[in-house]
Amino acid sequence: MTILHFILLGVFAVSTLVGYLLIRNVPSLLHTPLMSGMNALSGITLIGALVALAITFRAQAIISTILAVLAVIAATINVFAGFGVTHRMLLMFKKKDDRHE
Amino acid sequence: MNDIFMVTISQNMYYAVSAGLAILVLVGIFLMSKVKTAKTGNALSAIALLTGVVVSMIRYDLLPIWVIYASILFGSAFSLWLVLKIKMIEMPQMIALLNGLGGLTSLIVGGFAMLGIGSDQEVFSTASAMVAVFVGGWTFVGSLIAAGKLHRLINQKPIVLKGHRIWLSLTLILTLAVMVIGLFNVLSLPIALALLTVLSFAFGYLFTIRIGGADMPIAISLLNSLSGVAGAVSGLAVGDVLLVSVGGIVGASGLLLTQIMCRAMNRRLWEILLGKTTQKISSHQEKPKLVTIETPEETILSNPDFKEVVQEAKDVIIVPGYGMAVAQAQHLLKQTADYFKGRGARVRYAIHPVAGRMPGHMNVLLAEANVDYDELFEMDDLNDQFQSVDLTIVVGANDVMNPAARAAEGTPIYRMPILNVDQSKHIFIFNYDTKPGYAGVDNPLYQRKNGVYLFLGNAKDTLNTFLNDIKTN
Repeated sequence: MTILHFILLGVFAVSTLVGYLLIRNVPSLLHTPLMSGMNALSGITLIGALVALAITFRAQAIISTILAVLAVIAATINVFAGFGVTHRMLLMFKKKDDRHE
Repeated sequence: MNDIFMVTISQNMYYAVSAGLAILVLVGIFLMSKVKTAKTGNALSAIALLTGVVVSMIRYDLLPIWVIYASILFGSAFSLWLVLKIKMIEMPQMIALLNGLGGLTSLIVGGFAMLGIGSDQEVFSTASAMVAVFVGGWTFVGSLIAAGKLHRLINQKPIVLKGHRIWLSLTLILTLAVMVIGLFNVLSLPIALALLTVLSFAFGYLFTIRIGGADMPIAISLLNSLSGVAGAVSGLAVGDVLLVSVGGIVGASGLLLTQIMCRAMNRRLWEILLGKTTQKISSHQEKPKLVTIETPEETILSNPDFKEVVQEAKDVIIVPGYGMAVAQAQHLLKQTADYFKGRGARVRYAIHPVAGRMPGHMNVLLAEANVDYDELFEMDDLNDQFQSVDLTIVVGANDVMNPAARAAEGTPIYRMPILNVDQSKHIFIFNYDTKPGYAGVDNPLYQRKNGVYLFLGNAKDTLNTFLNDIKTN
């Protein structure tokens, strides 16, 4: 294991902990949008997919490229649709005062 | 990370950028804790993610590769279509589907990393890649099955195979074995990758197929957590700090929601993991001999003095359940609430944590029906108020307000936190019938002579009749 690996493990532990503490404050009212938002964030693997696609595409490995394209498309849908539906849901949450406009 | 790249952004600078983006994501989550700021929070998370993608494209010199733009464009167009057409009641399966796609990405990225594409091929990276493949494949297949069940493409009932637990354990042991011998180079990595993929699919299938419809809130939360873990582990494999940190955050959020759901359903996580679902328990046990219910003959609006109760109600609590959503009665429910408000009554909704098919689902469904969100209350906020209100209206809910949960030892709902509906003086129950709910435990409320008014049938019809009846009075 290199230093990078230790850093990565540390980052994993800290983010998990801080995320856990912050998410505890979200009321159950917003749990569905929270979950779909988190879901969209998990599409961050898009970055990994993009790098893989670049390598396979440059190497002109056809089957690998197809797989990588599939990964990029899947991740894009995960991210785009995830944030999209979250936004759509949040738009629906209104109070009496908000409805007059 | 990989020497073949022309790295135009230095490693340290990338760490700094990643740290900044991770903090932005955390601020976004913090803003998600209030309705007023939640939209901003969601936008911040999206911006952080977009920035991360752009920075990575510059960092790895990916900008000139056209196929990337084509793929992203295709994915975005499809997403736009999904976002615009999705119905709110379908949200659980939508999220399960998206989750599955996240798992698929981790599976593929992890698979490439196992073969040295995008990773440094150190033992640590290869081991992480193997875990990413397994968790990714598990999330992928598990989420697709969950989505299929929720969308009723697959039978919603839990399917338990012969020796289900043995199969699960066997899959897990084989997986560990493949990982170990793969790491010691006994097995070539491409073969190990193929085996791991198959095993992860099998595990995802076995894991989700025995979870029933009403247990889905737990399954979805857990799969959501797994998709984050899969992302984080694939980040470990390719050495990307942003993937690791964001994946960790998502993993934590899913875990927290899983805990909340487990508590609300009185289930322990390991029981779910071992396949003890509600239905399985209830099928193994005699139904508790609490009461034998005779369905009332003249059901609808049988009791004429309910109108007096309506006239005198100044404080009303509404308890919506998934049955209401299935009957698509949320707009009629809103009209009923408006009627009471028009008479000067206070109306509040009491939402049980598992009132829908995923955490918070009921709130979204009511918000869609234009119910003000400040009228929506969590179970604990209203549970001591049922005794003082004039009227409680239950629509399509059963298990979540079944008083048997307090006393019926040995039943699946024993000690499950419930709404104290039974403490109300007057209770209107709009339900399809008086049969036990999903948990298979009879509800003694249906037998109570005093102050309980049953309106049986499809909630849309009964609410409609009810509304017409009280309005003409």
